[in-house]
Amino acid sequence: MSTENNAAKDTLVIGGHEFSSRFILGSGKYSYDLIKAAVDNAGAQIVTMSLRRANDDTQTNILDYIPEGVTLLPNTSGSRNAEEAIRIARLSREISGSNFVKIEVIPDTKYLLPDNHETVKAIKTLAAEGFICMPYMYPDLNAAREMAAAGAACIMPLAAPIGSNHGLATKDFIQILIDEIDLPIIVDAGIGKPSQACAAMEMGAAAVMANTALATAGDIPAMAGAFKKAIQAGREAYLAGMGAERVKGASASSPLTGYLR
Amino acid sequence: MTITYNGEKTELADGTRLGDFLREKGYRPQIIAVEINLAIVPKSDYETVVLKEGDTLEVVSFMGGG
Repeated sequence: MSTENNAAKDTLVIGGHEFSSRFILGSGKYSYDLIKAAVDNAGAQIVTMSLRRANDDTQTNILDYIPEGVTLLPNTSGSRNAEEAIRIARLSREISGSNFVKIEVIPDTKYLLPDNHETVKAIKTLAAEGFICMPYMYPDLNAAREMAAAGAACIMPLAAPIGSNHGLATKDFIQILIDEIDLPIIVDAGIGKPSQACAAMEMGAAAVMANTALATAGDIPAMAGAFKKAIQAGREAYLAGMGAERVKGASASSPLTGYLR
Repeated sequence: MTITYNGEKTELADGTRLGDFLREKGYRPQIIAVEINLAIVPKSDYETVVLKEGDTLEVVSFMGGG
């Protein structure tokens, strides 16, 4: 079977919805005018956004800039506990008209680290209300199991602190989630470069989410395109099956016989 | 009467309907969600709900975010 055939059938399934793209795009910290070009170049089918008090002037609403057919993924940023996350999720559904929600519960304002325990509580309530819960979390196997049991549709472990562009600082722990949790593992937060996104996909991550890496790039749509290629390359490498690393020494790639001497 | 609208004390005429308030502020119903006293108001009720003294009204919409 050719790689093309494999790729054609290789979809990301979240809460029963199928996506061909494995790149979830954030919309924070850059001009709404660039969203369409970023989405197009990223090939993104899911875009995250936040919910805030509205301004009276509604002429520049983000929904006017998101291309038709893109799945809206509201986050619960601003919530500090389960109760606040649930409130934001319910309000977001009134606007998005869909059940997707990225649950992020962040009581800590310095490192912006998520509260796994409160997140589990929010998932329990929201999953029972029909939400497709996509929880942002600190990569901890026990917490991920609790989130899965509570009804999460995927698990979104952080690679490094939000907005840090540090890359896969939690690599070993994300690998444990990939190996042990029977849900898509979507690497979220901290991915700063296409090579890091590619590495996450090579590990077997189901998808990568990025925002700051693009928002802080010199050319945002061009960087979206670079991430798309890196994520595709990493996925194809994962599906192809990576060769083992040697602990030490070398292994000749050319025949060790028939030398012309 | 006085209500709290997005955290600010706001003076309104008695009997102001939610739909009229939202129109006056320039809101498009499809891009907002509304909560009165922590209860979500369905869009189909915007024209019938009447604001009352002491209500806490929240009007929210989507912004960029990760």
